[in-house]
Order: sequence, then structure tokens, then C-alpha cells
Amino acid sequence: MGLLDQKFESSNVVITTMDDLLNWARLSSLWQMQFGLACCAIEMMAASASNFDMMRFGVIPRATPRQCDVMIVSGTVTLKMASRIKRLYDQMSEPRYVISMGSCSNCGGPYWEHGYHVLKGVDRVIPVDVYVPGCPPRPEALIEGLIKLQEKIRNESLVQKKAV
Amino acid sequence: MTETTETIKTSTGRVLRTEEMVVNMGPQHPSTHGVLRLEVVLDGEIVVDVIPHMGYLHRCFEKHCEHMTSYQQVVPYVDRMDYVASMTNEMAYAVAAEKLLKIEVPERVHYIRIIMSELQRIASHLIAIGTFGIDMGAFTPFLYYFRDRERILELFEMTCGARLLYNYIWIGGLSHDLPPGFIEKTREFITDFKKTLKEVNDLLNYNEIFIKRTANVGVLPKDLAINYACSGPMLRGSGVSWDLRRDDPYTLYDRFEWDVIVGKGEMGTVGDVWDRNMVRQREMWESLRIIEQALASLPEGDVQKAIPKRIRPVPGDAYGRVEGPRGELGFYIVAEDSVTPYRIKARAPAFVNLSVINEISKGAMLADLVAIIGSIDIVLGEVDR
Ligand code: SF4
Repeated sequence: MGLLDQKFESSNVVITTMDDLLNWARLSSLWQMQFGLACCAIEMMAASASNFDMMRFGVIPRATPRQCDVMIVSGTVTLKMASRIKRLYDQMSEPRYVISMGSCSNCGGPYWEHGYHVLKGVDRVIPVDVYVPGCPPRPEALIEGLIKLQEKIRNESLVQKKAV
Repeated sequence: MTETTETIKTSTGRVLRTEEMVVNMGPQHPSTHGVLRLEVVLDGEIVVDVIPHMGYLHRCFEKHCEHMTSYQQVVPYVDRMDYVASMTNEMAYAVAAEKLLKIEVPERVHYIRIIMSELQRIASHLIAIGTFGIDMGAFTPFLYYFRDRERILELFEMTCGARLLYNYIWIGGLSHDLPPGFIEKTREFITDFKKTLKEVNDLLNYNEIFIKRTANVGVLPKDLAINYACSGPMLRGSGVSWDLRRDDPYTLYDRFEWDVIVGKGEMGTVGDVWDRNMVRQREMWESLRIIEQALASLPEGDVQKAIPKRIRPVPGDAYGRVEGPRGELGFYIVAEDSVTPYRIKARAPAFVNLSVINEISKGAMLADLVAIIGSIDIVLGEVDR
């Protein structure tokens, strides 16, 4: 708060909309589900480690789905894993978001043709908000995906009634 | 649920019934290092039985090998098997395929392969120790090690353009020669890295809390390790001096001078979790020694000279093996009269090492199970394939 630090005589009032305030708060602390699947998970780890430091965007890894806002599906989703992912997604509380990281979870990736045990895209079991392409996507790409998600959240409205 | 035979009496003489219970750990669990699921039978907090369930990352490796249109196309899938040590995987596949095809590769290729696979071994051990530290409650080493791992990845990226999955080591050669400036940058990295290595070693491995959590935990005795065909740091941690780089030299490892590190039980029993972790820590120093020697005597040559234009081996089979960061990694290739392999079977060290988990965690506390899993250093891509 360097700009505002002890600059005023009394406390001040800020005028904003409810949506803006809520969205600002939500998008600046997207807690992520700590949940690695395959090769892409290593890049996800790199993205939250020293050099890329995803925590500066407020992304904190949590180990339980109940505390999380965003699920990063990082890697190959097999048929055996798909039902577990669905279940983990169901355990997250609304509003929840999904980033699909890497070709595998986008569409099956290198296992698209002969992978008899690979789900051809995680969007067949859970809704996906942002797709990050690459095999594996660089940490920068994942961060870009995250910023795209923040943009999406910024333009949402939680308080207005949805048109039926 | 089964009942234990033991009965506990209260002071008034009432018999308390105790029962074993089953706890499910994974597939989503922060310390199973991927999608491993363990069915743990507990008596109170004591582990009675551990049953690993696998297959959550089965990606049909063998099926893909049969369906590719050439032997070379298998390499990217080999990369994705053990995704934290792709270079050594490629190397193992190349060694096996070259044995099958009877290709002699130029010396420069051998040297570059050795440099790459030793750098990869360091990168892999950095992840292993870093995440193991997190499991034990130490977050700092992870950050230090990932910082330096990024520098290794930069070197790889300079060479072949990829950070994680390279497709760099081809059958008979390499996809690119070393770029200009690689040698200087590697030397620079080695100088800087030695400092981190020493610092983190003091921070983590001799930390009182860390020793308390790891010494005398998950002891793997020598004969058990051999009976279960463990390899790599698992086996050497138990005091068995066995390293394929020395005992079955492939490429040109016999030209370099380095030591095989074994666990000595400094903090407790030989073969405990501390020993296994320390073997990895010390192996990085040896890898640095090999890289330094290889850089100093790097021969000239064309790295693509021996790459065959069309691969069609005579029917037969070959087994090639290398010492990966996790142990003996081998590929068994069966060739028929065609341009695609008939079958490729991988001997995955992580899978074999994981099989011993039930034996070594009996009688441990549930919290120590996390330490034991971390010290085995599994990569699920390789376990399930
Ligand atoms: S997209 Fe590529 S890097 Fe990511 S999990 Fe799939 S195979 Fe691995």
C-alpha cells in the first residue's frame, strides 16, 4: 500500500460495485489443488517453484479439494483416473474452475490414437475453463492460462440474477 | 476388517476390543508423488500391511511401440515413461536398439550422451531430494534445488529446444550437436552448483529434525534388497556396491574416474531412509566429476554420421540396460522382419523398487510411510507405463 500509506487525515470511502470487489478478491487468491498426474505435473511444480513462482498471483497449492478454487488437470487422464477426477471435482465448492494443462488432458495428446486406456480429453468428464496447449506447456504458458482465467473471473457476476 | 488376537484389559477388568482398519491413501495425495494408491492396513497407528494399487497412469507404452511406423518414432514415448529423467530413458532405448542393429556410434556421441545423462541424473535427484524434503516438512531445499534444476533445463533447452521431454538421443546419434557456448555454460553451472549442493547438504541432511524423521526408518536389509531385485540408490543405500556404469559399462563409462556411493548407516541402520537419501545426495558429486572429465576430453566428430537412413533389423532380440537415476533401466526389443518393433518390454526400476514397500513399512508408523515412499523415489509414469 505504498501509494496510500499514511496519506490521509481520516479513513476513506471507496465506491465500487459489489461484483468488482468480489471478483477482485476471488481472482487474486485462486487456491489451486495440489494434484499432479503425469509429465505436465513436473512443469506445474516448476511453475510454483523458485524461478516462476506462481504464488505471486495468489495461487497457493492446497492438498484437499474442499479448500480449492481451481483444479489444474496436469497430465494424462486415464480411464481409471477419470472417475476419481470427477469425484474430486464434485468435492470442490462453487465457484470452481478447471484449467486443462497439456495436450493429454486437452484431447489425449500423444496417446490420442492408440491409447486404449487414455481418456481423450478431460472435458468429457468435467467442464474446462481454460485449455493450455503444449506437451508439456512451459511454466510461462501455464501462467498465461492462469491470467486468462483471471480475466474470465473479472468479467463474471456472482450477485446478479442469471437470465433464465 | 480383521480382529487382532491381542486383548487389552482396563483396570476394572473389561476387555477392550481392538480392530485393524483400512485406510486408503491416494490416488490424490500430496506425498504419493503422482497417482499411486496405497491400501494401508493399520493397527492403531502402526502399519500392518501396505498394498499398492497401480494403473492410474497406464498409458499403453507397449501398444504404441507396436503401432509406430519406425523404430525411431518410439523415442518420444520412451521420453514420457520416466518423465523426470528422459535423457537416460532415451539412452537406454538407444543402447538396446544399437545392440540390435549392431551400430557403432562415434566417440563424440558417446561423450555427449554421458554428459547429458549425468546432467539428467542430477536434475532427477534434485527433484527426488527436493520433494522428499517437502514430505519431511522442509520447504527450503525444494526452492534451492529447483532454482538450480532450471539451469540444467536451460542447458538442455539450448541443446535441443525442449525443457522436459527431449527426443534428443536418436538411434545411432543425436538430433543436434552441442551448441556454441554449451561447454562454458556447463562449467559455470558446475562451479555454482557445488556451492548449493554443500549448502543444502548442511541445511537438510544434517538437520536434527530430519535425522530424527529418517534414521532407522524403513530399513531395507541387504539380502531383501537383492531378493527383490532392487537397483539404483535403493540397492546402494543398503550397502550393496552395484552400479551398471561400473559393473556392466555401456558407452564409455569405463574411461572416467568416479566412485560408487553406498550407504554406511552413519545415522542409524544401514539401508534406512536417511541412507538412501544420502546416496542420492552424494551421487550428484560423482556425476559432476564425470561431467567435468567428459567436458575436458570431448572429442570432435559428426554426431549424425551413424544414424541409419532406414531401420530394418534382422529378426532377433536384444536387451540393453543403463543405470538410470532410479536404477537399472532396460529395454528388451524383439524384432521381426519389419520396420516396426514386434515388441518392446521395459524393465522399469521404479516398478521393481516399489514392490518392496510392503516388506519395509511393516511395523512403521503411518507418518513414516510418507518418508518411505519419498525415499523410494517412484515416478508413476514408469511404474504404470
Ligand atoms: S501433454 Fe505431454 S507432457 Fe503433458 S502429460 Fe501428456 S504426454 Fe506428458
